[in-house]
Amino acid sequence: MTTATPLLSIRNLVKHFDISGGLLDQLKWRDGRMTRRRTVVKAVNDVSFTVAPGETVSVVGESGCGKSTLARAVMGIYPPTSGEIWFGGERIDSLSPRRMLPYRTRMQMVFQDPYASLNPRMTVRATLEEPVFFHQPNLSRAEVKDRVAEVMRQVGVDPAWADRYPHEFSGGQRQRISIARALVVDPAFIVADEPIAALDVSIQAQILNLLMDAQEERGLTYLFISHDLSVVRHISNRVAVMYLGTLCELAPTEELFSSPRHPYTRALLSAIPRLGRQGFAHLRLSGEVPTPINLPPGCVFHGRCPYAFDPCTREVPRPIVLDNGVALACHGVADGRI
Amino acid sequence: MSDEPLLDVSDLTVSFDFRRRSLAAVSGVSFRLARGERLGIVGESGAGKSVTGFAILNLISKPGRITGGTISFEGRELTALRAEEMRQVRGNRISMIFQDPMMTLNPVLTVGTQMVETIRAHAGVSRRQAEERAVEALRKVYISSPERRLRQYPHEFSGGMRQRIVIAIALLTSPALIIADEPTTALDVTIQAEIMDLLLKLCESERMGLILITHDLAVVSQVTQRIAVMYAGRIVELGETARIVENPSHPYTRGLLAALPQSAARGRRLAQIPGSMPNLTTVPAGCPFSDRCERCESVCRERIPPLTAKDTGCLAACHLLD
Ligand SMILES: Nc1ncnc2c1ncn2[C@@H]1O[C@H](COP(=O)(O)OP(=O)(O)OP(=O)(O)O)[C@@H](O)[C@H]1O
Ligand SMILES: Nc1ncnc2c1ncn2[C@@H]1O[C@H](COP(=O)(O)OP(=O)(O)OP(=O)(O)O)[C@@H](O)[C@H]1O
Ligand code: SF4
Ligand SMILES: [Mg+2]
Ligand SMILES: [Mg+2]
Repeated sequence: MTTATPLLSIRNLVKHFDISGGLLDQLKWRDGRMTRRRTVVKAVNDVSFTVAPGETVSVVGESGCGKSTLARAVMGIYPPTSGEIWFGGERIDSLSPRRMLPYRTRMQMVFQDPYASLNPRMTVRATLEEPVFFHQPNLSRAEVKDRVAEVMRQVGVDPAWADRYPHEFSGGQRQRISIARALVVDPAFIVADEPIAALDVSIQAQILNLLMDAQEERGLTYLFISHDLSVVRHISNRVAVMYLGTLCELAPTEELFSSPRHPYTRALLSAIPRLGRQGFAHLRLSGEVPTPINLPPGCVFHGRCPYAFDPCTREVPRPIVLDNGVALACHGVADGRI
Repeated sequence: MSDEPLLDVSDLTVSFDFRRRSLAAVSGVSFRLARGERLGIVGESGAGKSVTGFAILNLISKPGRITGGTISFEGRELTALRAEEMRQVRGNRISMIFQDPMMTLNPVLTVGTQMVETIRAHAGVSRRQAEERAVEALRKVYISSPERRLRQYPHEFSGGMRQRIVIAIALLTSPALIIADEPTTALDVTIQAEIMDLLLKLCESERMGLILITHDLAVVSQVTQRIAVMYAGRIVELGETARIVENPSHPYTRGLLAALPQSAARGRRLAQIPGSMPNLTTVPAGCPFSDRCERCESVCRERIPPLTAKDTGCLAACHLLD
């Protein structure tokens, strides 16, 4: 699976946000001189991985580690600070809006909040027809109507309800509609950013089934973002673990959950709630997550890592690939200590 | 005397008065909690979990009101207390922890000021002694350099640290009961594990009762001895945690557990409950779960099933179980 030509390739992606504000905000009086200081959030730092056709790769990690930023950079919503995004063999991170147009149908995104991502003043029909009219202007009205009805049926929303507005639907149904909006242009690839996080437990299974069914029927490829590790374990072929903008470990799902190698992955997995387990014993990390404004030198995890040794404080660990296909960035593993 | 439960909630009903009619957000809820016992209340959004927790503390405000039932705590009937007496109970015997720590913390006061005030309101000690107790309390929740931390304001702490401070404050008065409403829902899993581990250990060491309100079955299963499953304002299943997790009775509880990813083989479709939970205006007549239940028969649509003992050893509200 990982040897097939990738559909998506992320190469050395860096995304920084300059939050310095206006020039006046940046000026500081320091040591008797006026200095200009920029404040930069280093949200994603040198991340590389690929996604093969038909694969589901999930990105996990704690709040603020850069998952959504990565997703948006892949979708072309945020231009990368440096690095490259390749899709279907072509580099797409620096395309003009016109050259990007075909990719806007092949790549789609589903968001966490179906309330915010649907236009409250548009009926379901209008919401679903709009992208088809835009991307396939040669289709007749009747064809568009059929396409919309078919997609609505596929996501389990009765096409007879097409003339209703988003507020007339429950949260789960609204998420079905935003998935329909992604599917209606017949994409090859979907980025789903926490698509079930806002939904009730009994609805989450419905939406996960819908996503898995759509993948099977349409041969879709997913980049799936979630903080729910039991969901990730269920649906992913491979899992990427991020910490503070950095990729720590990327491994086939079973490898990751049965034998996590990176110290952060180990701590993260030990903390997952498990049905019927007694107590909450877990690998305790000392300290707090540093801010992405002042990234620690060396390994970004070293201040909290129980295995940290000398090189960790100085050098950024380079990713290494183990025999079983697991990619890791950790001095301890590279040095044979872990 | 020692057999007397810490808390005995009986037939509690809480209604909200809307323009046209009054709707029950919590209907006929009954459960008991022994001293030092930990009970989980689980259910989906709108099931009535928080309203139940607020009702115990007499914190229901208009348009809501307690329209029926009794709440006996340490032998006193809470629904009959005057506002001032109830404030005493809340300040001393029952503490509440909310999802948002800023419901408890005052943003314009230092953590130390808030803790010292709480301690001095509770016990007649000097400022110095109160500060020492505050330091001790922060240490218990693993806040490092507590002396320095006391001088800081809430915004200078991370979300997880703020919640730990809230726990420290909740414990200051040595309450007999803590009601924690989604205390870790907004936090990352590693921080959740830390907070839950802490809460559990403190409940055990101080022999405190805990009502843990959450939608997360796994979290509840790791912390509590018994679980109450709520659906559309009612308890539909109540029993020992291990029994419910291993052998749920009520069709809704079964459906919930079966829908979890760990219940299915990897990559396979998950079992799903059709539809979604009704809101207060659309609860069907008879069993509130009847319109989603695959076992539903005509009796289910006619009469509300009472919570009764079943073969599994749990209480469940279902007409069709023995
Ligand atoms: N548009 C922006 N401008 C400035 N900073 C940003 C912007 N978007 C994200 N960030 C910052 O980048 C970092 C990564 O944020 P991101 O939203 O990618 O995290 P995440 O992993 O998706 O977190 P969560 O799990 O909370 O959704 C954070 O520190 C965030 O504050
Ligand atoms: N102040 C209020 N006014 C009107 N209705 C209310 C009010 N507070 C709660 N309700 C209603 O009472 C019902 C139960 O709400 P409650 O907050 O107890 O749910 P919950 O189980 O805690 O849900 P969640 O998981 O979303 O916190 C809901 O239908 C809600 O709409
Ligand atoms: S009483 Fe009937 S409808 Fe209600 S839960 Fe039981 S089987 Fe289902
Ligand atoms: Mg995000
Ligand atoms: Mg609630």
